[in-house]
Amino acid sequence: METVLFILFGAIAVCGALMVVTRKHPMVSALYLILTLFAVAALFVLRQAHFLAAVQVIVYAGAVVVLFVFVIILINVPVTRMPVERASTTRVLGVFAAGLFILESAVLARRYSMPIGPAAEVGTVEVVGRALFTDYLLAFEITSVLLLAAVIGAIALAKRKI
Amino acid sequence: MIAPSAYLLLSAILFGIGVVGVVARKNVLIILMSVELMLNGVNVAFVAAGSYLGDPAGGVFAFMVMTVAAAEAAVGLALLIALYRLKETVDITDLKVLKW
Repeated sequence: METVLFILFGAIAVCGALMVVTRKHPMVSALYLILTLFAVAALFVLRQAHFLAAVQVIVYAGAVVVLFVFVIILINVPVTRMPVERASTTRVLGVFAAGLFILESAVLARRYSMPIGPAAEVGTVEVVGRALFTDYLLAFEITSVLLLAAVIGAIALAKRKI
Repeated sequence: MIAPSAYLLLSAILFGIGVVGVVARKNVLIILMSVELMLNGVNVAFVAAGSYLGDPAGGVFAFMVMTVAAAEAAVGLALLIALYRLKETVDITDLKVLKW
């Protein structure tokens, strides 16, 4: 059962990701991005990471993608003025390099296996909360500075006159 | 029981597709979405590694990556709006003021 679900959601995530990078219009890409993010959230649930799955849906699908959709509607580039995609040498080489990376990691993943530790929950509210407020407290506090910097940066960049 | 390497392979595939989007597309919006795909691929690896090794650090770092992704999307889209106001384009190849 677990294997079936893993293959199903893994396939949805990969197909959605392929559609994100191949569609012409960014709005279609954004909708496929939501599909991929939901499939990845389902994979988190398979690994018992319920809190992270919920955060994935709320923060990614609920905030980040909505921001993308909002900007796509706001600047509203007409289809005739979308950049024309042409295959150049550097881009073909880039795609080739990415394919090589996937192939390489497939070979490595087949050869070397990860040691399996004691079964433990890692993504529930209790476990993540305990780790965040004890061992990783400094990183957690610095995250707030990062978010503040992002807020100030976003306002300063997007505003016409400050 | 799914082997841990299956999750790592899926994470590598998602990351690789994100790399393809970043290097092969010209539309800035799609490039930003591809960066989100790459960050998500890394998250899959973090959660899988944390859960198989029994270490809560995996979940914590996936959480941090999500924070960084949200900040990156906000700043990246603000930059895009500023650029669109200036040059009326979303084509990355038109943005070459700093190129020599």
